[in-house]
Amino acid sequence: MSIGTHFSYAVTVLLMVAGLFIVIARSNLIKKLVGLGIFQTSVYLLYIAPGKLIGGTAPILDDRFTIYSNPLPHVLILTAIVVGVATLALGLALVVRIREAYGTIEEDDILARDADDRRDDGQSG
Amino acid sequence: MAIVVVVLARSRNLFAVVVLMGIYSFLMATVLVALDAVDVAMTEASVGAGVSTVLLLGALHLCKSEEAKPLRKPWLPLAVSASAVGMLVFGTLGLPAISDPTAPIHTHVVPRYLTDAMRETGVPNVVTAVLASYRGYDTLGETTVVFTAGVGVIALLRRRRNTNQETAK
Amino acid sequence: MRRDIVLRVIAKLLIPFILLFALYVQFHGDFGPGGGFQAGVIIAAAIIFYALIYGVEAARKAMPDWLVEIMLAGGVLIYAGVGLVGLVLGGNYLDYFVLDHDPVHGQHRGIFWVEVGVAVTVSGVMLKIFYMFVSRGWDPE
Repeated sequence: MSIGTHFSYAVTVLLMVAGLFIVIARSNLIKKLVGLGIFQTSVYLLYIAPGKLIGGTAPILDDRFTIYSNPLPHVLILTAIVVGVATLALGLALVVRIREAYGTIEEDDILARDADDRRDDGQSG
Repeated sequence: MAIVVVVLARSRNLFAVVVLMGIYSFLMATVLVALDAVDVAMTEASVGAGVSTVLLLGALHLCKSEEAKPLRKPWLPLAVSASAVGMLVFGTLGLPAISDPTAPIHTHVVPRYLTDAMRETGVPNVVTAVLASYRGYDTLGETTVVFTAGVGVIALLRRRRNTNQETAK
Repeated sequence: MRRDIVLRVIAKLLIPFILLFALYVQFHGDFGPGGGFQAGVIIAAAIIFYALIYGVEAARKAMPDWLVEIMLAGGVLIYAGVGLVGLVLGGNYLDYFVLDHDPVHGQHRGIFWVEVGVAVTVSGVMLKIFYMFVSRGWDPE
């Protein structure tokens, strides 16, 4: 149970945390979406890497091969990739609308603008 | 890939970020081929490096901005990330080792798929057989999700035609 | 202007092959990597490529808005329709083996139509999203 046999998990974890860091630490909305995309691809690795059998081949049945890598994660991740791009498209549409409404896509500026609006509503209301 | 991600995180020019994301998707597709996931690699290459990049560039053109300089050093997110790395690595040590044929992922339902797919569906590509036949409901749901995303984008980005019609009259 | 001509010629040469490759990926999904999703995305990519080189108006003439919207919904309906046909012919929803006298042939037919439905929806959605993003930036607010 050393790092050597689990090294694919280490790569997955590093990519996942890198994506997480971009989402938390950067305030530009488009960069956050890109970070989310990196997080998603690390999850694909998380599922597919354990399915690979060294010495196996792609799961397309043929008489010349007997060992196949596991096809089940491939199916799940295929769905996940397409859903991921659907989410990205919706997120980008939201970012475009936010830009038109606030004039900026930096999260700090947006939060400041909301706080100002709330303060003004509180004063005038 | 780690180098690409680090440069992506530090770069402030958003166009460079989008291009780097495309490169990253392509590298990921190559890794997936090395892991014998050929269908997934083709989808990741076409979707990640193709359509995603186009959509990001489209949104970037509409937003037209660069990333502002961060106000303060991101110590808290770095600490959170480092602790997340620690916890996740500790957690994954308990998972089965690479390429272990006795892992549960290989022993429950997959042998049945691999041995019976040819006989029951006549389709050599097991991934397509599972996707379209054995797990067809999931693919129906996924197609509906894609459709919903399209409808959502239409709802968000539709232009109001009322003003044009009024001025035309 | 000279660079424009090179791009236009190369686009004219490449786009039919890209579309042909998309059809190959779609129908060969049974025997090699491929299937509905990849084919749909490649079709959308080919048309986006055409729009990038020749302008969105030319792409809109080739693939008008109403056609793309029909493709969007039509693919899901094809998929659900295959399920309903299975129901009508005596099996459960989305059973393929009742679609033909020979259950394995029924599976082939079911998988074929299901993948067609998926490809149509995916390409329609990608193209529609592209059209939406492009048209948003043009009309002055």
